[in-house]
Amino acid sequence: MSRSVALLICLIGGLTMLVSPFLPMATGWANDVTDWFNILAAMAFVLGGGSLLKVQLMRLSARGPGWGYSAVTLLAFVVTLWVGLGKVGVVADPSAPMVPWSGKPDDEGSAFWWIYLYVMTPITSTLFAVLAFYVASAAFRAFRAKNLEATLLLATAFVILLGRTFAGVVLTGWLPDWASGLRLENLAVTIMDVFNTAGNRAIIIGIALGVASTGIRLMLGLDRSYLGGDA
Amino acid sequence: MSGATMDASGPAQGRWWIGLFLVIAVLVAIRAGIGEGMGRVYVQTESTSYASTTNEQGRVTWSVVADGTDGAVTIERDLFRTAGQFRAAESAAPGQQAIRVSWDRTIGLWLAAFFTLAVFSFLAGDNPAYKLTESIVIGVSAGYWMVVAFWETLVPKLLANLAPDMVKAWCMPNLEGGAFNPIALIPLGLGLMLLSQLTPLGRHVGRWPLAFVIGTFAGLKMVSHVESDIIEQVRATMLPMVAFGDDGSFAVWASLRNVLIVVGVLCTLAYFVFSVEHKGAVGRAARVGVWFLMITFGSAFGFTVMGRIALLAARFEFLFIDWLWLIDPKGERGMKVVATLVSCIVDMT
Repeated sequence: MSRSVALLICLIGGLTMLVSPFLPMATGWANDVTDWFNILAAMAFVLGGGSLLKVQLMRLSARGPGWGYSAVTLLAFVVTLWVGLGKVGVVADPSAPMVPWSGKPDDEGSAFWWIYLYVMTPITSTLFAVLAFYVASAAFRAFRAKNLEATLLLATAFVILLGRTFAGVVLTGWLPDWASGLRLENLAVTIMDVFNTAGNRAIIIGIALGVASTGIRLMLGLDRSYLGGDA
Repeated sequence: MSGATMDASGPAQGRWWIGLFLVIAVLVAIRAGIGEGMGRVYVQTESTSYASTTNEQGRVTWSVVADGTDGAVTIERDLFRTAGQFRAAESAAPGQQAIRVSWDRTIGLWLAAFFTLAVFSFLAGDNPAYKLTESIVIGVSAGYWMVVAFWETLVPKLLANLAPDMVKAWCMPNLEGGAFNPIALIPLGLGLMLLSQLTPLGRHVGRWPLAFVIGTFAGLKMVSHVESDIIEQVRATMLPMVAFGDDGSFAVWASLRNVLIVVGVLCTLAYFVFSVEHKGAVGRAARVGVWFLMITFGSAFGFTVMGRIALLAARFEFLFIDWLWLIDPKGERGMKVVATLVSCIVDMT
């Protein structure tokens, strides 16, 4: 019974979104359903936070290896939640200066803004920046021009990397005007404009076909893996 | 927290890391003692006064008025100022307090520098500073997205429909409408069912909101993908194989470009057709498709590397410009540092 209702809800939700571009009267339904979807997506963040709290508290109470880090995670989570939900340090919005809670939580000067600027941004951007080393290291170890396909990949990466920097201009700037198409900066533009466009376009079309077929399978109940168990 | 709970690595490695952090601390202390020092954030408080007017419909609007106006409400905000602006203000009026050091933002800057170095330290191996930073970012990210979800979605889309008067008086004075909307009880119920997943009883109940999210998302994505990624992409690929310029002459390069794009898209799509065996004409087309794919992956790789290096450069800029005050593209502090260093060297020789 529970599964049948779930499949029916999935079908109705999907069909509402699917028919809305074709039926003018369904546009309002689609807007409502989209709002509900956004609310549930927001609730999913709450669920995620609750799950984090549960797991970290269990690790903390078990006093296993690394329990100190669980305490740090919990503290960071609770503090962020407190300053964000409590709008600590937020001043009223200019459109309603008499309502103290009208300001946005991430306004300049608020505690939540401070956490975002001085804790979250430096850590996340450095984590991505560190990937530059790993990507370069992995490429150095893995990239070998063993066959035509690997050579094409390697050569394209070099042309793009050099062509988008001053190195490309310096290296091939001596080429005469009649061969200017071979200058690295122009070659990089040609690759992006022609070959990359063609390859990406086919990939995008392929993904869209995959999304459409998966969507139909989900709505028709042919794919029930999201229900878990022996669905 | 004891070493045993923080890190299982050996004492030798622990000593190595402590030594490294000590060296960094000493270098930073030396830098802090040269010239104007380093790593301070300046702010200036700006106050704005607002006065209200009520229109014929009874709607209250607030506008900026001159300070000291009767009945005006004043809001004060601390805004960033540069070291150069601070120095200019000091030279104009020594001991002024208009532009001053913000201690909370300065502490934030030093913390950000510590986190940046801690993440970079992972390149040398896992260590307590990195693990501490990792633990903090996990907690902060979860809290951040929960807060954003609450203020950006749950309040305006759910609470504003269930208790509009309360929300209006509490945090959204400009909220349009103002009647209780019973339809909003549906997403509330589904949301509570979703949250029940945290309890052992919620396994079955949690399926319904999950089914709703998946069904809606599938329908939403089907429409948008079919429209923008199939129809529009196919339309964009329908190019003239023989192109002419504005003066009516045959455009060789434009024609070649169009031919390459059409052939590239068709051949790459041929590679993705797995229900037909890749041999004969299909096999040859698929092979050409693979070449196009390799060029696409190569350019994607190049762009990814460039993006990461740009981020890396941004982090170095933060460390050397904002924190250490060693590089100074705006000419606000660096010259003084350089002048001090030069005078030190001259004195020594």
